[in-house]
Amino acid sequence: MMIAVAWRNVWRNKTRSLVITIAMSLGLASGIFYMGFYRGMMDQRIQTAIATEASHIQVHHKSYLENPDKKFFITQVDSTLDAIRKETGVNAVSSRIILNTMIQSAATGSGVKITGIVPENEKLVTNLYTKIAEGSWFKDGKRNPIVIGRKLADKLKVKLKSKVVITLQDMEGNMTAAAFKVEGIFETSNTAYDENCVFVQKADLARVMVMEENACHEIAVLLNDNALLDQVNTELIGKFPDLDIKNWREVMPEVYLLESSFNLTMFIFIGIILLALLFGIINTMLMAVLERTKELGMLMAIGMNKTRVFMMILLETAMLALFGGMWGILLGWLLNFWFGIQGIDLGAWSTAYESMGFDTLIYTHLPLSVSLQIAWMVMVTGILAAIYPAIKALKLKPAEAVRIDM
Amino acid sequence: MKVIEVTNLIKIYNESEVKVNALNGIDLGIEEGEFTAIVGPSGSGKTTFLNMLGGLDMPTAGEIRVGGTDICGLSSSQLIDFRLRNIGFVFQAYNLIPVLTAIENVEFIMQLQGTPKQERETRAKELLHQVGLGDRMNSRPAKLSGGQQQRVAVARALASKPKFVLADEPTANLDSKSTENLLDMMEELNRKEQVTFIFSTHDQRVVHKARRVITLEDGLVISDERK
Ligand SMILES: Nc1ncnc2c1ncn2[C@@H]1O[C@H](COP(=O)(O)OP(=O)(O)OP(=O)(O)O)[C@@H](O)[C@H]1O
Ligand SMILES: [Mg+2]
Repeated sequence: MMIAVAWRNVWRNKTRSLVITIAMSLGLASGIFYMGFYRGMMDQRIQTAIATEASHIQVHHKSYLENPDKKFFITQVDSTLDAIRKETGVNAVSSRIILNTMIQSAATGSGVKITGIVPENEKLVTNLYTKIAEGSWFKDGKRNPIVIGRKLADKLKVKLKSKVVITLQDMEGNMTAAAFKVEGIFETSNTAYDENCVFVQKADLARVMVMEENACHEIAVLLNDNALLDQVNTELIGKFPDLDIKNWREVMPEVYLLESSFNLTMFIFIGIILLALLFGIINTMLMAVLERTKELGMLMAIGMNKTRVFMMILLETAMLALFGGMWGILLGWLLNFWFGIQGIDLGAWSTAYESMGFDTLIYTHLPLSVSLQIAWMVMVTGILAAIYPAIKALKLKPAEAVRIDM
Repeated sequence: MKVIEVTNLIKIYNESEVKVNALNGIDLGIEEGEFTAIVGPSGSGKTTFLNMLGGLDMPTAGEIRVGGTDICGLSSSQLIDFRLRNIGFVFQAYNLIPVLTAIENVEFIMQLQGTPKQERETRAKELLHQVGLGDRMNSRPAKLSGGQQQRVAVARALASKPKFVLADEPTANLDSKSTENLLDMMEELNRKEQVTFIFSTHDQRVVHKARRVITLEDGLVISDERK
């Protein structure tokens, strides 16, 4: 009965309750939608980072990350690769030779990070081969093919089949140069990456550098599931004490920061919205209490104790908040669902986001657990909002409240 | 047996600023089954007196015993509970919860007392039949006339099985026909069920339905007649 009374009391002043309900649902819906957008953007960035750039786990020589010099390479690569492949949870591995050097075309030159890969292995680990916009991904089997990004191709003013020259210092310290022929041009959502990274066959690069075949600078490991990250990471560290094993969170701390700060961002963002709504609810409930002083006084006069009066106001406030909150969450969820399928085109802002490595078509996404957290925050807000009006109600003196003023 | 015993009751309002001596020393006893009217000019202290009897306000001095308990010694939350279990109230207005139907209003007080649902329903129906509202049980107060609302209030007051019912000008907002009906109904309940009623009024037609008439003036009892 108490619940029925509270619920009916909420709707005594329909307009007022409706206004605050609508304010709540719109406020929350936009908050949830924004969080869904942010989360979607973040997840896509992480996925791209794993699929295109960092993979799940990277293996290097102990000193390599501190000082990425070509002399810090991993030896006995074949047996190491085999051992990693046997680890449960590991999907694929790829070994790479990496060198920061200069690339030159007939028109101009640019500093690049050149990566020598075994194409068929790399294909299993990163999805770069799917980003080929023109040409192909090491198909010919010819000597010295190179795959570069669109941005770099534009900068160097080269096309497919154009010749570029890589200048480098070999393992013995001699400066050499080698000509490569553009076989493919890729386009990822990260323009900085497209400008700075080029790919050649590992064997070709090893030959130019006079580096032994069974060596590499980096081994990229792709897992079946990101959830296995910590487990496999620890296993590998135990197995290869002489190597440096790092997961993507360590390799790309800026991306990990996105992930780890999400919850905090959400709490603050939704918290601010709820704080504003809190005052709206308090105002509404205060009005509801003050215009009912006679009735509340009467209830206390006939024997409704303070706990019950308090509970009734609390219940009314919580219901109001939850009702508005429920619609808000539902609306926000629907928006996220719709734009989770349709995607949101960043259009005009896309260049700025692309240069930071973000996709420009964002699919909103918000895990259920986050929605539940928000629902929980709404509940707390409702209860907080109830306290002041409820205390106000308790201060009423029944004798004065029931007295009829002439 | 006496349900209420009042000795030397004094109430002074606004003790800090201008003092208003609302009650100046009242000694009174109310027997079980009485049908008593409190009359007197405006400002004579009727409401103040009834509020004291009902434990809605504290006297400045004196003693009020209800069924042997000195209610002036109770804390405010004990008083709320005491009122719930011992006293029925009918006010001049604002008696009912507007969002509840007649029967729900009557049941509400029994729910506060913790009466089981089944019993609540049976008793509420019975009482509404007794006050002549058997056919309006599911109407909300706004759909009832002033007289009908006061009848629901009487039914609600009786639902908690109180020792006595206090009614401060229960007919003040009613036309003469409704006034007469309400009083007849209260009198019948008093006669048949031995419900003790104490009510205040200005209305002469109401006064002569009472079997005991206590007249107040300037916070003192100036006459106390029984018929
Ligand atoms: N809360 C209060 N504060 C100060 N003075 C009060 C208060 N309530 C009543 N009084 C004063 O106490 C006196 C008695 O008032 P009371 O309301 O008891 O009279 P009454 O007989 O019920 O009058 P009426 O017939 O107009 O209802 C009056 O002088 C009134 O002004
Ligand atoms: Mg009065």
